[in-house]
Amino acid sequence: MEKFFNDELQTQLKEILSQMVHDVHIVLFTNEQGCASCDETKQLLVEFESLIDKIHVEYKDIHQDKDLAKEYAITMTPSFVVLDANKKYKGVKFNGIPAGHEINSFIGALIEMSGFEVQIPEAMVQRIKAINKPVNIKVFVTLSCPHCPGAVQTAHRLAMLNPNIQGEMIEANTFKELSIKHKVSGVPKIIINDHYELVGNQPMEAFLKEIEKI
Amino acid sequence: MMFNFSIQKQKTPAIFKTLPLWDILIIGGGPAGLNAALYAQRKGLHVGVISKEIGGQLHNTSTVDNYLGLPMLEGKDLSEAFLKHIQSLEVPVYTDVWVNHIQKIGIDFVLDLSDGTQLKSKTILYATGGKPRQLGIPGEEQFANKGVSYCTTCDAPFFKGKHVVVAGGGNSAAEAVIDLAPFASHITVVHRSQWRADPITLKKHESIKHLTVHLETQLLEVLGEDLMTGVKILNKKTNKETTLQADGLFVEIGLIPTSDGIAHLATLNDRKEIIIDEHFMTNVPGLFAAGDVTNVPFKQIVIAVGDGAKAALSIQQYLIHQYSKGE
Repeated sequence: MEKFFNDELQTQLKEILSQMVHDVHIVLFTNEQGCASCDETKQLLVEFESLIDKIHVEYKDIHQDKDLAKEYAITMTPSFVVLDANKKYKGVKFNGIPAGHEINSFIGALIEMSGFEVQIPEAMVQRIKAINKPVNIKVFVTLSCPHCPGAVQTAHRLAMLNPNIQGEMIEANTFKELSIKHKVSGVPKIIINDHYELVGNQPMEAFLKEIEKI
Repeated sequence: MMFNFSIQKQKTPAIFKTLPLWDILIIGGGPAGLNAALYAQRKGLHVGVISKEIGGQLHNTSTVDNYLGLPMLEGKDLSEAFLKHIQSLEVPVYTDVWVNHIQKIGIDFVLDLSDGTQLKSKTILYATGGKPRQLGIPGEEQFANKGVSYCTTCDAPFFKGKHVVVAGGGNSAAEAVIDLAPFASHITVVHRSQWRADPITLKKHESIKHLTVHLETQLLEVLGEDLMTGVKILNKKTNKETTLQADGLFVEIGLIPTSDGIAHLATLNDRKEIIIDEHFMTNVPGLFAAGDVTNVPFKQIVIAVGDGAKAALSIQQYLIHQYSKGE
């Protein structure tokens, strides 16, 4: 397969990724029996790993490495988790390839998981940290959706701030059955604990209001 | 595999934490705001852009074919080119934040951002554009994202092999038909009057065989249970009501200005557009506006770009002649 990023793009990406503070580990799960966009997702991560020595990727198979898949609650492929420097899982997951506009939420996840501090008002941080129930945030996206990366990034930020929260991007065209199950016909669509719904790229405040209802 | 980068070199330029007083802060990262930033930066002003997303409505536009010198361009490519130009001039851009509140204290403005940052500026350029106008009919809100969509580029892939209705008769609606054509099994346009779209765009419809157009027809209601299943329409000539079975409704009936955040300071007209004078200043000295959020007629990219430039130049004059005298 031809490289995704030419020399010029590689230079730009290296500059952006130079903001990474500590190392980040990624664990990708594919399916040896084949799956839509598994090869492309693997290639994307291979190319990112070669850009900067702070990114480390492990390549796993959902069946052969089923115990590890279970640990990260991986149920479909391609799917990968972004771990911190100590290989700690903080609930940041991508299901499907983060290409198109979604490359921006992937880059954001790498930089922020590496320890780059994002400014969030202290009062809001306290509200996020006070959430004491398990919260799963699914953000359905399409790769042609410019408003989606913002919603994915918010879900991931919440996850990074509270171990009870998991945030996952789901590429709706790759996972059609799940999209149909959740009646997704417009994106971004945010589903909290498979029940509460938010539409559009909402501010963190709107996410919190829904979560606090649980 | 396509990638649409919009990431900044630095997530938040440090100057937003250090500069005590800006010459001009631009709220909005669409064509008007970005071109104003370019002009202000070239004039040597301390300028910064604050925007939730860069590109504005360009992101909802698939093809731009009326920007002089750049025929048949993708909206996102134009927005990327704008951003690249701004970045090459090192204009600080603050994204992923919302402006919670703007107040005028003395002759300066104080902005409170959603991440808790507070900024102070001699002038403000409000260039927040607009958001999709809703039909305001029963069922529209209930079936939002359950069939009803306001972003064709985002949501067209969900309607493969399905019947979709496009509401509207302007260029956006005509373009939506073209964007949906590769996906939908059938497209029906419903518009309350006659086409307002450019003939050059409508000509492209001639090759779309699975298109039906109902002009002089009003949408009355979106129908469905869990998901949208159809729309109720009224033919205004025959006064006959019928139901169309459809899986999707793309609403492309224009914009409402995003002026709520400034309504406590600036005077708006009855369309909620900010009223500006020939120098792009609102009724509040030092508070300027440009682009689709203003009462300037014709909402076009090239007009917003030009008005952004004019606004920046007017602001420079204001800083020299009025601000410096404390007026």
